[in-house]
Amino acid sequence: MWTAVMAQQLALVLDVPETPGDQDSLELSPYEESEVHDSFHQLIQEQSRWVAEEGLELQQVAGDLGAPASGHQTLLEPEGGPVYSTATLSILASMPSRTIGRSRGAIISKYYNHTVRLRRRHSGSRPILGPVVCSARPSLRLYDLELDPADLEEEEKWSLLVKELQGLPVAQRDHMLRGMPLSLQEKRVLREKSRTPRGKQRGRQGHGGVFCCSQLRYTCVLALHSLGLVLLTCLHALRPWRYALKQIGGQFGSSVLSYFLFLKTLLAFNMLLLLPLVAFLVAVQAAFTPEAHPAPTCTGLELLTGGGCFTHTVMYYGYYSNTTLNTPCGPLQCGPRAGSLPYSMPLAYLFTVGAAFFITCITLVYSMSHSFGESYRVGSTKGIHAITVFCSWDYKVTQNWASRLQRDNICTQLKELLAEWRLCKGSQSTCGRLRRAAVLALVWLLSLAAVLGCAVAVLTFSELRIQSPVVADQEAGLLVLPLVICLLNLGAPYLFRGLATLERHDSPVLEVYVAIGRNLVLKTAILGVLCYHWLGRRVATLQGRCWEDFVGQELYRFMVMDFIFALLDSLFGELVWRLISERRLRGKPEFDIARNVLDLIYGQTLTWLGVLFSPLLPAVQILRLLILFQVKKASLMANCQAPRRPWLASHMSTVFLTLLCFPSFLGAAVFLCYAVWQVKPSDTCGPFRSLDTMYEAGTVWVRHLEQVGPGGSWLSWLHRYLVENTFFLFLASALLLAVIYLNIQVVKGQRKVICLLKEQIRNEGEDKIFLINRLHSVYERKERRSLQWVRYSCPAASVPSQQSPAASSWPCLSAFMAPSLPEVKAGGRRQLNSVRGLA
Amino acid sequence: MGSKQTVFTHEQLEEYQDCTFFTRKEIMRLFYRYQDLAPQLVPLDYTSCPAVKVPYQLIGSMPELKDNPFRQRIAQVFSEDGDGHMTLDNFLDMFSVMSEMAPRDLKAYYAFKIYDFNNDDYICAWDLEQTVTRLTRGELSAEEVSLVCEKVLDEADGDHDGRLSLEDFQNMILRAPDFLSTFHIRI
Repeated sequence: MWTAVMAQQLALVLDVPETPGDQDSLELSPYEESEVHDSFHQLIQEQSRWVAEEGLELQQVAGDLGAPASGHQTLLEPEGGPVYSTATLSILASMPSRTIGRSRGAIISKYYNHTVRLRRRHSGSRPILGPVVCSARPSLRLYDLELDPADLEEEEKWSLLVKELQGLPVAQRDHMLRGMPLSLQEKRVLREKSRTPRGKQRGRQGHGGVFCCSQLRYTCVLALHSLGLVLLTCLHALRPWRYALKQIGGQFGSSVLSYFLFLKTLLAFNMLLLLPLVAFLVAVQAAFTPEAHPAPTCTGLELLTGGGCFTHTVMYYGYYSNTTLNTPCGPLQCGPRAGSLPYSMPLAYLFTVGAAFFITCITLVYSMSHSFGESYRVGSTKGIHAITVFCSWDYKVTQNWASRLQRDNICTQLKELLAEWRLCKGSQSTCGRLRRAAVLALVWLLSLAAVLGCAVAVLTFSELRIQSPVVADQEAGLLVLPLVICLLNLGAPYLFRGLATLERHDSPVLEVYVAIGRNLVLKTAILGVLCYHWLGRRVATLQGRCWEDFVGQELYRFMVMDFIFALLDSLFGELVWRLISERRLRGKPEFDIARNVLDLIYGQTLTWLGVLFSPLLPAVQILRLLILFQVKKASLMANCQAPRRPWLASHMSTVFLTLLCFPSFLGAAVFLCYAVWQVKPSDTCGPFRSLDTMYEAGTVWVRHLEQVGPGGSWLSWLHRYLVENTFFLFLASALLLAVIYLNIQVVKGQRKVICLLKEQIRNEGEDKIFLINRLHSVYERKERRSLQWVRYSCPAASVPSQQSPAASSWPCLSAFMAPSLPEVKAGGRRQLNSVRGLA
Repeated sequence: MGSKQTVFTHEQLEEYQDCTFFTRKEIMRLFYRYQDLAPQLVPLDYTSCPAVKVPYQLIGSMPELKDNPFRQRIAQVFSEDGDGHMTLDNFLDMFSVMSEMAPRDLKAYYAFKIYDFNNDDYICAWDLEQTVTRLTRGELSAEEVSLVCEKVLDEADGDHDGRLSLEDFQNMILRAPDFLSTFHIRI
């Protein structure tokens, strides 16, 4: 706005002051200021040379300004800020930071400098990285923006740029030409000028060897780049459900899309888990079928209970044999090597499940940290308003309704940000705060009590089921416990939602987080009780039978029941609710992202819990997710509307991944570790029968290796010293902790550096304003004095001359720079404030 | 394509290819889009470089720009005289900058120009107000708008001079990972 004023004034003052006499007056300045303000003098000396050229440009810009600038200026005038003299303004206008984006001359000289550097590098036969760098780094500062000390006219610079461009190889020149922020006409002229002589030159001269070589390299780089782009687009095209996801994203925005993307992530995790299990366990065991059990006839109920004719299949733990599979020769082939590479099922079972879990863990942690890196950058938590305002409008949107939706989304997001900000800022009275705290405590107490009640109910109910064992032909009775738990899972969130209305949270995001937190506590509590029930109670009561099969079936039942409830939920919760609410309220229900995502996490936890007891459970989960995707998508399209509640999609997906990692995966891992290390496997079935713990299979194998020969001694050594010796465990965890600690410290240091740099930039800005004010007052004083002098010497010439300010300003500048430091400071602060008021 | 010989000479096409981020096919497609905007005005023969301008009213009614709150600014920034009327060159220039291939600093430069409503090379509070009002189409109250502007200036203004320079803007863009994908118009 400031420059608008300045430009306007310059448009009135057509002839810009020339400053021929500066050099002489500079020498006159007393030593003390030349000591203090030497750099300032230099700056002004440089800038004053620019005045002439910049003034011409300013006229042009002022002409371009048109209506908005002048309209705006009238707004600004009544504020009555300091009005600068024209000479000050013209100097200010030529300050490097102000010419960056504006003048064509600056752009040209920037590219000239860049090309010179590029060519120098080029002739030094170093790899050409110029264009790559220039597209990767967004700062214009990269191109050495100091205006060249040799004061060049625009035409001169133009011709220099042309000459430099001529020296570049064609591909590089075109690349550079495309990236210049000039209009197409100018680019065409530039291209035309830089092209013709060059073509001849290249045709004639023979020293093109270096050119040719580097050009080849350059084209190779370009070709690789474009190949990468093509591959990337191919990959994008290969992604499943690309169109469906695009449709959802277009209609419901990124918030609902984050649910479906999360579902896709889960699908990938299950694939990753399933592949090794199928390859090393299921396929192998299916190839070597043990003695057949009398299979009961299937009735159809097995699909729900997972028992019956499913019991003795590869589906469950109990089917897998505890022997080495290929020592007895198979009926088809009995090669000489078959015996030399025995396939021990217990070992394979232990290692495959362990490896699959380990891979999942690594992937999960990696994707979580990646997601954290994307959504939370060091020191970037502050820019959210600016990014929302400048980067959130999607220029791709072409549909009217979609753009309306986008507008609403941005609006709600801004409102939400403001609400959060007000929440931080707003202060309440003590009484109100106390009441609020009391309500919060009460609500949390009530919801925790509800969770406790649910847990106790599950515990007592499962005890009841143990005391009255199900008769074999009454399998439907097995479904009662999953049904009860699903009902609790369905009902409790509604209770929580009712309680949340009491709280009246200011920020909608906080409300979502609180709801997620409560539901999470509930689900963790229920699953914890169930785990205790399975490993603590069932193992003891199912003495004669295969408890692993029972737990696997139980988890299968939970998953199926959960799936049925999800389907019913989208049928009744969404379809019927829409039919009702459309008649009554003329609105569609919203898609509750948080609850749906928590359901997904719950299902995934069940899968991870059951992997050891039922290796095909991930397959069931994959099937479930595939159906769920289609059903939810259809229900969403037909029944729901986009959530009115604003939603920070990238942060939310990070939160979901974290939840998936922390309580869900970690809990399942702890459960499985306990089962492997501590619980005695059943004697009648499974690969670990006749062992005390599942882990013993590993130790037995190592001992066996020790006995067999020296070949496996290193493994037993490793086992003895690394696994059995707790010292290394401590050492490893200590190292890990140290690394984590170091990383935290590094991030802390970076944050501090960022703070310091920001502070420095701010100080520079204040310095700049201070200097501008000094400059202004110098000119003002000078002007006044020359005015007085003119009046005094020739009263007839009372019109103030426009050329006078810059004519010989330096003596008074030096006189001005002399005052004592406190005075300068106070004055600077005062003027700073006034300038701020203007800006 | 036999028709392109009649529209542009070989030289012209080469020139356009070298100066924009488009392939020959895309340039032809864009030309036909341009020609469709005003069939009576734009000749089908461009070999003699006719000085034709399509008025802003027609440019702004393109489906790609129709629902864009900044369509007027885009047209102004890319047109020669800042009035929004566009020649074919301006038209190609606009879509070249908005294309997928354009580098981040070029996009940021033009985005800055688009958001700089009064062309003073700074995004000041008034520009910000305009931007926010257009983004939300007046659904925020005046107080909310000024609060948002204040916050934006507070966050992005590195040297605390009360307005955003091009460098402040680029620094801010650097922290927005999805700017490249949002500042993109598909043709």
